[in-house]
Amino acid sequence: MNNFFDLKLVELGRWIEAFFADFPSLKLVVHLLLCTLPLALSFMGAFAFTTWLERKGLARIQNRPGPNRVGIFGLLQPIADGIKMLIKEDIVPERSDKLFHFLAPIMLMIPALIGVGFLPLGDGLHALPLDSAIIFFFAISSLNTIAVFMAGWSSRNKYSLLGGMRAVAQMISYEIPLVLSAVAVIMIAGSLNAQEVVASQQISSWVGSGNILQEFFGRILGWNVFKPWGFAGFIFFFVAALAEANRSPFDLPEADSEIIAGHLTEYSGFKYAIFFMGEYISAFAIAGIGVTLFLGGWNGPVFSGLPWFVLKLFSLFAVMIWIRGTLPRLRVDQLMGYAWKFLFPLAILNIFLAGFYHFIERQWGTAIAMLAGWILGFGALQLAATALSRLNQSPIMRSKRVYQLVE
Amino acid sequence: MSLLAKGILKGMAVTAKNFFQSYYRKERLPTVQYPEEKSTITPFTRNFPFLLYDGDDAVDGMRCTACTLCERACPPQCIYIIKDKDEKGKPILRPRIFDIDTSVCMSCQLCVEVCPYEAIRMDSAFELSNENRFEGLLINRGDLLKSNDYYHALNPVEARETDDRIAAKNALAEAKKKARQKKTRLAAAKAKRPPSRLKKSPPAREKPPQPEKSE
Amino acid sequence: MSPVQTMPPRGYHLSKDELGADILEVAMGPHHPSTHGVFRMDLKLDGETVVDLKPVFGYLHRNHEKIAEDISYPMSMPFTDRLDYLCGMTNNWAYALSAEKLIEIEVPERAEYLRVIVGELTRLVNHCLLIGFFINDLGALGTPLLYALREREKILDLFEVLSGARMMVNYIRFGGVRCDLPEGWLGECQRIVDAFPAFLDEYETLLTENEIIIARAQNVGVVTREEAIDFSLTGPMLRASGVNYDIRKVDRYGIYDRFDFKIPIGGHGDCYDRFMVRMLEMRESVKILKQAIRDLPDGNIMGKAPKIFRPAPGEAYGRIEAPKGELGFYLISDGTPIPYRFKVRPPSFVNLTALRHMCLGHKVADAVIILGSIDIVLGEVDR
Ligand code: SF4
Ligand code: SF4
Ligand code: SF4
Repeated sequence: MNNFFDLKLVELGRWIEAFFADFPSLKLVVHLLLCTLPLALSFMGAFAFTTWLERKGLARIQNRPGPNRVGIFGLLQPIADGIKMLIKEDIVPERSDKLFHFLAPIMLMIPALIGVGFLPLGDGLHALPLDSAIIFFFAISSLNTIAVFMAGWSSRNKYSLLGGMRAVAQMISYEIPLVLSAVAVIMIAGSLNAQEVVASQQISSWVGSGNILQEFFGRILGWNVFKPWGFAGFIFFFVAALAEANRSPFDLPEADSEIIAGHLTEYSGFKYAIFFMGEYISAFAIAGIGVTLFLGGWNGPVFSGLPWFVLKLFSLFAVMIWIRGTLPRLRVDQLMGYAWKFLFPLAILNIFLAGFYHFIERQWGTAIAMLAGWILGFGALQLAATALSRLNQSPIMRSKRVYQLVE
Repeated sequence: MSLLAKGILKGMAVTAKNFFQSYYRKERLPTVQYPEEKSTITPFTRNFPFLLYDGDDAVDGMRCTACTLCERACPPQCIYIIKDKDEKGKPILRPRIFDIDTSVCMSCQLCVEVCPYEAIRMDSAFELSNENRFEGLLINRGDLLKSNDYYHALNPVEARETDDRIAAKNALAEAKKKARQKKTRLAAAKAKRPPSRLKKSPPAREKPPQPEKSE
Repeated sequence: MSPVQTMPPRGYHLSKDELGADILEVAMGPHHPSTHGVFRMDLKLDGETVVDLKPVFGYLHRNHEKIAEDISYPMSMPFTDRLDYLCGMTNNWAYALSAEKLIEIEVPERAEYLRVIVGELTRLVNHCLLIGFFINDLGALGTPLLYALREREKILDLFEVLSGARMMVNYIRFGGVRCDLPEGWLGECQRIVDAFPAFLDEYETLLTENEIIIARAQNVGVVTREEAIDFSLTGPMLRASGVNYDIRKVDRYGIYDRFDFKIPIGGHGDCYDRFMVRMLEMRESVKILKQAIRDLPDGNIMGKAPKIFRPAPGEAYGRIEAPKGELGFYLISDGTPIPYRFKVRPPSFVNLTALRHMCLGHKVADAVIILGSIDIVLGEVDR
C-alpha cells in the first residue's frame, strides 16, 4: 500500500516493455526511452509550472495579482511564454563567437537533465541507479559552470564577460561547502547510492512494527534534517545550493541591476528559453539532491514514494521563491568570503559533529545522542559561527547605529 | 545570533505576511485590472481641454470669443485659433478654427485659468489613443465642443459655480448696460432738451441710444 | 560558424595601467536598468573594482531654463513640474517662492499651510520611492519598491483630487495656491497620514536590520563631513554626513517655524546612513503633517497677486528644502513680463558631482547603489 504510486509506475513500465519481449535489442531501446523520456518531459513540465508558481508567488509577495490573463489563474502563461520565445527573433551579436554562443545553452541543458536522472524519485523509480550516484551527480552538475562561462565569453559583451567570470568564481567556490555538507550524510548512511541514503532515513525499528503511530512517525523523524548535524548541514547545503543554482541572494552572474543580465545579456528567443530552462532544471536537480540527502527523499507517512518527493521538491522551491522575493543580493567579494571563510570551515566542523553524534548513538542510544547533539553540537557550531563572524568582521557583528535627531 | 540571521528572518516574516494578506485584504492588493475595471476618476482630474457651448447648437452657443488669450498663455503653444468672419468679411466673435494638439498639450490647465469667458475646461477622459498619429491627434473645433450638460455631468460642483458666475456676470453686465443706457439717455436728453422739460418726459423708447454720436 | 577572430571586438579597449593590469572600460548606460533614467557612467574596471568613473549626462536636456526666458513668469510654472517629476509640488513651491520674492506678494496663511501639507506629502512620496529604488539597486526583486509604490499611490490619489493631476500637479501659484481643498480631502489626508507610520514600521522591519543590506550599504560610498561641505551637497546626503543643515530650519521659509520637528543626522556618511536618514525624515514629515492638518486655518488661498506679472528690474533667489536637497530658482527681471535670466539650482545635479569621489575603489555593484543613494532624477539633472 505504501509505495502504491511507485509500484504502479514500475509495473506500467514492465507492461510496456513486455510487448517487446521477443526483440531483445528493441527492448533495450524501449527500456532506455522509458527511463529517460518521461523524466525529461516531466521535469520540463515542472519547469513550466514553476515559472508560473514563481511569478504568481513573487507577485503575491509584492501585493500584485500576477499573471492572470492566459487561462484560469494565468495557468497557461508558460505556454504563451513558450510560443513567444519560439517566434522571437534569435539575435546573435555580429562579432560574437557564434559556435560557442550556439553551444552554450545546449551545454547547460545536458548536465541538468543528466543530473535529474540521478534523483531517486521513488522506491525503485530511478533512471540512473548507480552505486556512486551522489558523487556522479556533483561531478555532472559542476559542468554547467563551463556552459555559463561559454555564454559569457562568446557573447563578446562586457556585461556577459563580467557575468561569466562571476559565475565561474561563485560556482566553484560554493561547490565545496555543498559537497562537504553532503559528505556528512554519506558518511552516516555509509553509501553513495542515493536509494540507500534515502532508505537510511527511516527509523527502521518503527517502520515495520505495525503500530500506526510508529509507522507514521518512523517515516518522518528519521529524516536527516531532524538530527542536529543534519539540520546544520541542511542549512549549509541550502545556502550553497542557492549559490550553485544562481538564485537570489546569490544571483550575481545575472545581477540585473548591475550587469544587465550577465551571461544572458546577448541571448534572445529560443536560446534564451533553453538557457532559462536549463537553469531551472539544474536548480530542480540540486533541490532534489537536497531532498534526498536531508529531507528523507521519498520517505513520508501514509503514502511513501513519488508524491512525497514532488511535494518536498516544490516546497523547497517555494522557499527559494520566498527568499527571492525578500532579499537583496550580496556583493562579489562578500559572496566569496562567505563561502570560504564561513561556510567552508563550518561544513568541515559539521562532519566531525556528525561522526561524534554517530559514535554516541552507537554507544548510548538515540536519545542521549540527540540531546548531546542539539546542545553540545549546536553550541559548538554556534560558537564557531560567532568566532568566524567576528574574525571576518561580518556585518552581523556590527553594533546597531544610533541616529541623532537635532533641532 | 549568527547561524541564523535575525534581520533576514524578520524580513521574510514581513513578506510572508504580505503574501497571505494579499488574498484577503483589499488594501494589500490594490491593482486595478484596467480594461475590465477602471480606477475612479475624480471630477477634478484634468487631462485635455474642451470647449463649452450653451443651448443646443454647438456653433451658435459657443462661449469662446476667439480672444486668443489661451493661445498666448499656453506654455507649449499647442492651441491654434483663427477668428471667424461672416460673408461680408466682418469679424464675428467666435473662432473659425480652434485646434489643440493632444500630443503637445501637457494638461497644465493654464488655458482654463486665463479664459475670461469660462469657455474652456479640462476633461478627465483619458482614453485618447488614436490610430492616426497626425490628424488624429490634432483635435479640431467640432470635436472640442461639448455641451454644458456634459460639463455638469463631469464636475457638477464646479459647473454650478461656473454657471452662477456667468449668471452673476451677465446680471452685472446687464445692470451696467442699463446704467450706461440710462446715463447716455440722460446725457442725450440733456443735450437735446432744456433741463426743465426733463422731469416730464419718460425715457425715449423709440430711439435707441447711440453713445458715440451723442458725444 | 565563424573562425576565431583575431581582432578585439568593437568597444573593447584593453589598455595597461602602470601596474600592468588589464583595465576594462564599460559604458554603463544610457540604457541600463539602474541608472535611474538616461544617464551614463563611463567606468574603468580593474577586475570588478572601479578605478575611474566619468558621469555623462545631458541626454534628457529639454532646455527648461532657456524656454523660461522666452515666456512669461506664470507660464513656466507647469514646466517646473517636469524638473524633478516625482516632486511636482515642491518644485512649484520653490519657483513660486522666488517669484514672490521678486515682486513681494504676501501669501495668506491658509495657503502657506496648504503648501506645507502638500510639500511634506511630496517628501513622503519621494523618500519612500527612493528607498524602494535603492533596495532594488541592491538587488531585491522589487518587493520593497512595490510596497513603496503601494503607499505612494494613496498620496498621489490625494494630489489628483486636489490638483487634478497625480504628478504634474501645477498647483502652487504666485501668491498662494490654485484651488482650495475639495470636500472631504482633509479627512482623507488625515487618514493616510495616520496610517503612514504603520507602513514605515513594516518597511523598517523589512529593511533596516537585514544583514545583507547592512553588509552592502555600510561603509560604502563614504563622504566625510568636510568633503560633503566642499562638494556643496545638500539635503539628506549632507545630513547623512553629519552636517546639521536643513533649509526648513535655516531659512524658516513659509511657516516652518511654527512646527515642532527634528532633523535626523547621520554619523558615517555612507549609503546606509543616507538610507536611514531618509527613513527617519519620513517620520518627522508625518509629525509636521499632523500639526499642519490640525492647525489649518480658514481664509483666503490667494494673496493679492497682480493680474499681469511684471516685476520691477531686480533679482531674486528663492530656495526651499526639496526632498532631494536645496532647490533654488534664480530670477533676474528687466522689468518686462518675461524673465531676463532664469536659473535652476537642482539638488540632484549638485549632489551627483560627488559620484566619482564616492565610487573610486569600490566594486561595480557598489557604484550602482551609490548612484541610487544619491537620489537623482534625470529630469532635474539635465533640465
Ligand atoms: S492644458 Fe495647458 S498645454 Fe494644454 S492646451 Fe491648455 S494651456 Fe495648452
Ligand atoms: S477659449 Fe477662452 S481664452 Fe481661449 S480664445 Fe476662447 S474665449 Fe479666449
Ligand atoms: S515626459 Fe511627460 S511630462 Fe515630460 S515632456 Fe514628455 S509628456 Fe511632458
